[in-house]
Amino acid sequence: MKIVVCIKQVPDTAGGVQFNPDGTLNRAAMLAIMNPDDKAGLEAALRLKDQYGAEVTVLTMGLPKADDILREAFAMGADKAVLVTDRVLGGADTWATSSTIAAALKNLEYDLIITGRQAIDGDTAQVGPQIAEHLKLPVISYAADIKIDGDSVIVKRQYEDRYHMLKAKMPCLITALSELNEPRYMTPGGIFDAYDEKEVTVWGRPDLKELDDANMGLAGSPTKIAKASDKVRKGAGEKVVLDTPEESVSYIMGKLTEKHVI
Amino acid sequence: MDFTLDKKHEMARTLFKEFAENEAKPLAQETDETEVFPRQTVEKMAKAGFLGIPVPKEYGGQGCDPLTYVMCVEELSKVCGTTGVIVSAHTSLCIDPILTYGTEEQKQKYIPKLASGEYLGAFALTEPGAGTDAQGAQTRAIKQEDGSWLVNGSKCFITNGKEANVYIVIAVTDVQVDPKGRKKKRFSAFIVEKGTPGFSFGTKEKKMGIRGSSTYELIFEDMMLPADALLGAEGKGFPIAMHTLDGGRIGIAAQALGIAEGALDRCIEYTKERKQFGRSIAQQQNTQFKIADMYTRIEAAKFLVYAAAKAKETQKVYSVEAAKAKLFAAETAMAVTTEVVQLFGGYGDIRAYDVERMMRDAKITEIYEGTSEVQRMVISGALLK
Amino acid sequence: MGLEEYKGVYIFAQQVDKKLSSIAFELIGKGKDLAKDLGTDVTAVLLGSGIKGLADELGEYGADKVIVVDDPSLETYMTEPYAQALTAVINEFKPEIMLVGATAIGRDLGPTVSARVATGLTADCTQLDIGDFPLEPKEGVEQKHNQLLMTRPAFGGNTIATIACPNNRPQMATVRPGVMQKLPKEAGRKAEVIDFDAKIEKNNRFVEIQEIVKSVVTTKNIMDAKILVSGGRGVGSKENFKLLEDLAEAIGGTVSCSRAVVENGWQPQDLQVGQTGKTVRPQVYFAIGISGAIQHVAGMEESDIIIAINKDEDAPIFDVADYGVVGDLNKIVPQLTEQIKAAMAAKA
Repeated sequence: MKIVVCIKQVPDTAGGVQFNPDGTLNRAAMLAIMNPDDKAGLEAALRLKDQYGAEVTVLTMGLPKADDILREAFAMGADKAVLVTDRVLGGADTWATSSTIAAALKNLEYDLIITGRQAIDGDTAQVGPQIAEHLKLPVISYAADIKIDGDSVIVKRQYEDRYHMLKAKMPCLITALSELNEPRYMTPGGIFDAYDEKEVTVWGRPDLKELDDANMGLAGSPTKIAKASDKVRKGAGEKVVLDTPEESVSYIMGKLTEKHVI
Repeated sequence: MDFTLDKKHEMARTLFKEFAENEAKPLAQETDETEVFPRQTVEKMAKAGFLGIPVPKEYGGQGCDPLTYVMCVEELSKVCGTTGVIVSAHTSLCIDPILTYGTEEQKQKYIPKLASGEYLGAFALTEPGAGTDAQGAQTRAIKQEDGSWLVNGSKCFITNGKEANVYIVIAVTDVQVDPKGRKKKRFSAFIVEKGTPGFSFGTKEKKMGIRGSSTYELIFEDMMLPADALLGAEGKGFPIAMHTLDGGRIGIAAQALGIAEGALDRCIEYTKERKQFGRSIAQQQNTQFKIADMYTRIEAAKFLVYAAAKAKETQKVYSVEAAKAKLFAAETAMAVTTEVVQLFGGYGDIRAYDVERMMRDAKITEIYEGTSEVQRMVISGALLK
Repeated sequence: MGLEEYKGVYIFAQQVDKKLSSIAFELIGKGKDLAKDLGTDVTAVLLGSGIKGLADELGEYGADKVIVVDDPSLETYMTEPYAQALTAVINEFKPEIMLVGATAIGRDLGPTVSARVATGLTADCTQLDIGDFPLEPKEGVEQKHNQLLMTRPAFGGNTIATIACPNNRPQMATVRPGVMQKLPKEAGRKAEVIDFDAKIEKNNRFVEIQEIVKSVVTTKNIMDAKILVSGGRGVGSKENFKLLEDLAEAIGGTVSCSRAVVENGWQPQDLQVGQTGKTVRPQVYFAIGISGAIQHVAGMEESDIIIAINKDEDAPIFDVADYGVVGDLNKIVPQLTEQIKAAMAAKA
């Protein structure tokens, strides 16, 4: 079985948000990590490899420094890695990104494609299903569990208040939730091999034969950013430091009455 | 010497740090409080390959260099001194002598299991009457006609004591009398497996620091060892032990370095938050100068520790490198943790704030695997010979 | 085909088990604002099996038209038949704007359909407006009017971006549940109902549903609450949440919490407010013992009145609170509960 896992390098917005003195985001100071949902997807693939035997390829589109997360994937146990990087692919929205990744996937053999549900920088959850759409594959989003049954996968598909057990014939695409599993640690020896033994395949625009110029990069993106800014927080209201709890309580009671809450 | 870390060492550090933060740190207080060996953490380390870092791949290890191993002990010790020493004793004091002195059969038999973490290792040299002066040792191994050995005696203060599966035991195998009529004991090294008849555990020591590391007394009563339990040449036990301790001291130096760094990290966090006289104590010049001094000293220790790791990789003998790294790192750990407790004020004395534990954990690094005095003897001995 | 052929604001009226989801009404509410600016009306797209009866309810909440695709293959949500149906509606009726809820269904259906009809999609929007793109006139760039401007948080709520889709139609967005306001129900109001056969064809992309397991929901939906009494790490223990429950009961509110509380196992996850929990906008939000991490604030800052009680004077929650009280919640909350009880009794 051949599994391709699509991963993305993202700034660590969950644990390591850094601010400039003026309150704006300090992106340069934020660690670049493997997107957590993608890492869960990689772990799911590696478990299928452990259990059933599989070749696991990781694929990313990004800046040349995205090499780091591919090495990390090697150190966790991935077999092959592809970096799609080219200046002309930059500024892509989810349509252009999914078109580009789908074109790269057409160069690869796969039975199963796993992506993370969403990336913590964009939070869109769109690229996975859109890749499936470009490749005309069945898609199962929000996977909380994945099993193989012959030529099919059986997936626990999570909704807000329920889950469905779904069966789909391979090849198909699954988007993974970070709740899916606890990703394994890299091993020290895996890290050494990732740098000393393994090779990352690098593809530029010319390697993506199936990609139409109209569907890539900034120009090929239907959505355009009109404005982007670091969030301006709602201004602070009143803050009082009163001597006794009784005074604090009357203060709150006063406000609740004034605002007709009680 | 160039100490810019390459990408793979940077990534290894990220791994060790992440593991330490996620797995070891949450249990550090509890491990200290309950004095219970952190078995679960050890199992997780085994799974992640941390118990065979500098072991060649053909023996099931990770195939990394001593520097990577040192960084692992350092990062673990930043959050939990106990976890750091477990890895150090296992790797430096048990795996390393088997790899260095073992026969191919012994290596095949033990190293893959130790490197994968299926087995945990320990090292037994110290005895109640023999610490710095090994000549006081009483544990005897008497060779039998069929080549096997009969061992009697006891060892004390053994790290990973009851938790290990394989022990390197140093025992007296011969007493020679020199021309002046003085008796001189000769030692041999043995590989002893847990469960060998006649091998039992004595007292569990209650300690000031690294309280979860399972420090036990080992007791040998008419313990029979097969001929192939002998590690290295008969009568070479003392040089084997000394060379093993050279490696071990690099591990302890890394542990001490980590403890000092961990305390400084906590100190920086705390002094930025804690307000006195209307401003954070990090804004007081006294704090600033102390933090600068501690950091500088820690960086100096780091250079010595990493240099020792490099020396172990490239040199046959590295006693002086190991001794100066351990001496300086251990004294740095003690000085820094004491200073940090002081900067924490009253909270420094409170267990929930971690730094008093770090101070207690630091002390033993000046003592075990050769006291600071022994390190000074090693260093001056080389200079004055 | 010109973009001007695309007309009208369409919303996907999500139903599960033949019950309309709240997001359907929220989308109609927002859709009406947009339609007013554009001089058009709001059409709800209702997909399912045996669901035609729901059309009236959509009308009562403000939908002008309801397109109903009633097909046995739409009984339970699955990506492919739903995508086929919505795509067929878009291709046939050519909406200018297509809004979908950013739910576990919408975030699967939206991207699939937008890729199928080759248009852009903006995810998880928290604000929608009609305006010009580019926002300001620019030399040499045609400024288009009456564009859908879609605003959404990114970087875990730390940045906010406004996005347009000037050259493709429909302009599609998924919209975060709980953010847009539904209109008051107008009993008896009717929508024009249009039956439509989407000609769904079974293909290799259908999946098989083997089992459906519903989780038992015992707690109230915090997104519907008018008053939330929310506790954080500072509450100290599971047991101490009793103080907040008492206050909630006295004032007629519901208890919610921060992520730390869920991680400590003090409260279940469905009470969690914030980036990884729910977005709420009650009339009154009590933040008690909540430090106010940015991820939490992202989920509650739209509340009408925020009252914070925290013993740490520097807690960031005070930066968003309308009324902040520095003090010990263990002393303040019980007394507040008593006084509210007294006030309520006096009023009754």
